Amino acid sequence: MAAVHGGVLGAAYLAGDSPVHRLEPHAKVVAVLGFALVAVATPVHAAWSWTAYGGYLALVLLAAAVAGVGPGRLARGLAIEVPFVLFALLLPFVAQGPRVEVAGIAVSESGLAAAGGLLAKATLSVLAAVVLSATTEPRALLTGLERLRLPSLLVQILMFMIRYADVVGGELRRMRVARESRGFEGRNLGALRVLGPAAGSLFIRSYERGERVHLAMLSRGYTGRMPGGPVTAVPVRAWLTALVLPLGAAAVLVSGLLLG
Amino acid sequence: MHVPDGFLDAPTSVATAAVAAGGVALALRGARRELDERTAPLAGLTAAFVFAVQMVNFPVGAGTSGHLMGGVLAAVLVGPWTAVLCMTVVLVVQALLFADGGLTALGTNVTLLGLVAIAVGWAVFRLLTAVLPTTRGSVLAAAGTAAFVSVPVAALAFVGLFAVGGVADVAVGTVAAAMGGVHVLIGLGEAAITVAVVGAVLAVRPDLVHGARALRRAALLAERPTSVPAGAR
Repeated sequence: MAAVHGGVLGAAYLAGDSPVHRLEPHAKVVAVLGFALVAVATPVHAAWSWTAYGGYLALVLLAAAVAGVGPGRLARGLAIEVPFVLFALLLPFVAQGPRVEVAGIAVSESGLAAAGGLLAKATLSVLAAVVLSATTEPRALLTGLERLRLPSLLVQILMFMIRYADVVGGELRRMRVARESRGFEGRNLGALRVLGPAAGSLFIRSYERGERVHLAMLSRGYTGRMPGGPVTAVPVRAWLTALVLPLGAAAVLVSGLLLG
Repeated sequence: MHVPDGFLDAPTSVATAAVAAGGVALALRGARRELDERTAPLAGLTAAFVFAVQMVNFPVGAGTSGHLMGGVLAAVLVGPWTAVLCMTVVLVVQALLFADGGLTALGTNVTLLGLVAIAVGWAVFRLLTAVLPTTRGSVLAAAGTAAFVSVPVAALAFVGLFAVGGVADVAVGTVAAAMGGVHVLIGLGEAAITVAVVGAVLAVRPDLVHGARALRRAALLAERPTSVPAGAR
């Protein structure tokens, strides 16, 4: 289970031994969150904002290069953005303010700047998050969240979800195979009469599995808390390495604010 | 359908994160009342179910398909507090492992899809089940209406946040009309799927449907026939 956790949730993880892989998970979470905050805090309408985005992009690409996350992996991660690209493309047309001509069409100047800023910020944070998920195993992420003082009950729920997502997903896949091997094609609303009960029985199976898991845990001495492993202190060097990303981005932002 | 980073400015993101943290803290206490010490495994498995069922594409007519958000479905099945936790966990996993929904927007997403959608949906559900007669049909009708209402309400809540902390200077009315219109359609899909799934669970294990507890109490035991049929000897 330690090396490669298969299935949907483990699919994001790229096994490796880069300096980024070796960083403590909670340091990485803090770094990516800080980076995203700096990107979000960058004023959209400032003249220097695109220079700043360029600086952030260089930083996150550097992190990806050190981590050994290839361009293909980054591009696939970006696919998640597509619905919001559509929303952003609408902004120049619906925003108010003075109009400018772009390719013969009058669009709002501020809407154009906002749409560009939105896309740049969303892209940068997705890239940083892709580096995080590619270099950190789901279970290591959980330990990281626990060390960041997330409530223990929430961490336990997350842990169960991550452990059983593949089991439940596998059950769903087998149901689909069974349906389709019997000639099922879901094309119209009538398919709900088949898919609804399928999802319903998936819930019943998941819930009953939860009850069995709970009984199994009780019989092994579960008291409502999970035993934690030893907690090792993170050396200052590791923190500094992790924080290169957000601190570098913050430096770019501050210099933009001062010089711009 | 998650808000990514950069849509809302930093103060709004931080404020919604605080709201989300407060709501989740309340839900952690409330879920213990719903599920006592079984909370972690049962909520975890229900979250895995919501996560899996979000990957199923349901045809919703006219060649389009949609997937479930699942907030109201989870609330009807396992209770509102546990549902908030399930949605939160699903959103955390999607943000951290799939970069789906930004990290700084996690608070916004939890507030919209977890707190607002479930609070409004559950309020509608409770109101309707209180008014309607205690039958299987009215539980389904209430669940469908609640699921339908929850989607445009969450979308309009997003428009409200966008008006306060959005980075673009957009006429709020235009955005509200567009988002509301699209999400009314999405809400219809959500309602259809929710009714289908709740109906299926009610038919097999009505005792597992949290929102139909009243139904369970109303059911009477069938009396055993007193005389033994002649052919049985």
